[in-house]
Amino acid sequence: MSDKVLMKGNEAFAEAVIRGGVRFYFGYPITPQSEIPEFMSRELPKRGGKFLQAESELGAINMAYGCGAAGGSGFISSSSPGIALMQEGMSFLCGAEVPVTLLNVSRGGPGIGSIQPGQADYNQVTRGGGNGDYRIPVFAPASIQEAVDILYEAPSIADKYRNPVMVLADGLMGQMMEPVILPEEKHAYTSQEIPLAKPWAISGSEKGERSVVKSLRLQPEVLEAHVEHLYEKYAEMEKELERVECVDLEDAEVVFVAFGTMARLAREAMELLEAQGIRAGMIRPISLWPYPYKAFDRISDRTRVVISVELSMGQMLQDINLGVKGRVPVKLIHRVGGMLPTSLEVVEKTKKILEEVR
Amino acid sequence: MKPVFTVTKGMLPVSTSYCPGCTHGVAHRIIMETLAEMGLLGKTIGVAPIGCSVVAHQFMNVDMCEAAHGRAPAVASGIRRVHPERVVFTYQGDGDLASIGMGEIVHAAARGEKFSTFFINNGIYGMTGGQMAPTTLIGQRSTTSVDGRTREQAGMPLRICELLATLDGPAYIERVSLDTPAHIRAAKKAVRKAFEYQLAGKGFTFVELLSTCPTNWGLTPYEAMKRMGSEVAAYYPLGVYKDTGKEAE
Repeated sequence: MSDKVLMKGNEAFAEAVIRGGVRFYFGYPITPQSEIPEFMSRELPKRGGKFLQAESELGAINMAYGCGAAGGSGFISSSSPGIALMQEGMSFLCGAEVPVTLLNVSRGGPGIGSIQPGQADYNQVTRGGGNGDYRIPVFAPASIQEAVDILYEAPSIADKYRNPVMVLADGLMGQMMEPVILPEEKHAYTSQEIPLAKPWAISGSEKGERSVVKSLRLQPEVLEAHVEHLYEKYAEMEKELERVECVDLEDAEVVFVAFGTMARLAREAMELLEAQGIRAGMIRPISLWPYPYKAFDRISDRTRVVISVELSMGQMLQDINLGVKGRVPVKLIHRVGGMLPTSLEVVEKTKKILEEVR
Repeated sequence: MKPVFTVTKGMLPVSTSYCPGCTHGVAHRIIMETLAEMGLLGKTIGVAPIGCSVVAHQFMNVDMCEAAHGRAPAVASGIRRVHPERVVFTYQGDGDLASIGMGEIVHAAARGEKFSTFFINNGIYGMTGGQMAPTTLIGQRSTTSVDGRTREQAGMPLRICELLATLDGPAYIERVSLDTPAHIRAAKKAVRKAFEYQLAGKGFTFVELLSTCPTNWGLTPYEAMKRMGSEVAAYYPLGVYKDTGKEAE
């Protein structure tokens, strides 16, 4: 049954993955997402699952690898520096084709940076910090409800492609409260059901053929064929998983591009600009990989400038430019270090940029 | 005619890729023979991380996965959560377990994880070509200690059984050697005990198997066995370091 409740972001995220079929959590405390392991340690044992606090982020991602390889539906949450530590594991999960659901409640960097909201993980999560040719789908919801819906679906996407799936939120979303409708709980495979449901998994059962989960392929032609196989899968994901919201692109003089909480702020700025007679629209990438490049073809002839509104030094500009293809100037409005722009600040900066490009 | 000897079903009918005289083959065989004798093939999941052991899944006839360097105990902890009723083991070398994977093994042991770890200690990095390991003895030559390891430059070799025995999590810790037929028989008994304790839910079990690496020690297989029984065993004494089953009696 669906329930409508008022929930804090981090707890709603955790509840959503459990309803999406996750039964195993592995994590290491890090601000601003520590409510998630706390919630999981209370909830999972009650719901037929298991919680394990890892000795480190390296431990956590490798526990999740073991869980996924064994056919379990695992979940990991962390924040930017912790995600950096897990990058080797993500490369490994992709190479060995092991599913897991990941949540990055991101904060400021580089280094330890700050514990305030940030979006400077864009390159880390869309380009990957691990070795080798691999891809991980990344979704950046802009509300707790959208995060809940994506996290509910994420374990099934991970299982379908036998690949990690990441949801990127930020500290702001993790800490805020919103009313959410929680979907009905899905069935999670029991250890007895796994050998049939996931015959590739190492379940230690007599099911005819022995299972081996691995990423080492010493013969060059074998590894080449494997990487080509992975990229066929990634091409399929590019077709299936691209998600975007386009708002008021027709007649827009300015088009904002923003994801996550910055998209909410850009939305406010759009209304304020409208009141001053400036038509603004927005492209809101929901999937950061695959990136919705085609949405930029919908920008109208009247658009004079595309502006990225980001909590980073413009890490998304490269993708925006690939979408815009030089048709209009691309500019940046940003704050970093955990500082957030106000919608008024965005309005003023936009008007200044418009003067420059007019 | 009645066969007097057959190859264990625990090993796949292929030749191993290990160097001549290396004791990985012996270690593989006693572990897999034990599983076969206990009727546990088809009920077991193995984890083999980076190092020479990464190819173990080509020879051991059970469900297996590879693990990143040092992370096998974390991987096995994840597997154990999904399949509480299976037998789970890790098979790790000394570079893997005693160096890069020290965090994972200590915490898995402290948690009393219900899996068994077989620790192949040959005192050197084999797969990468003979570099100094945390277990390389003082005076031992390696490609990163060409005049022999010194205490001043690289510190002292780690004794893992002794270290893990200080923890309350493990149920059973023993160091065995693969240098003589008698020692190999004793090693097999230790392997069996590890699995028995795991099946009984007693907690984490750990068997260190002193092993040779003739290729990187620069010795013949025979000389390597002799060195292992004397110089190596002198620094790494054989014996039981923890046995909660005995303590309870």
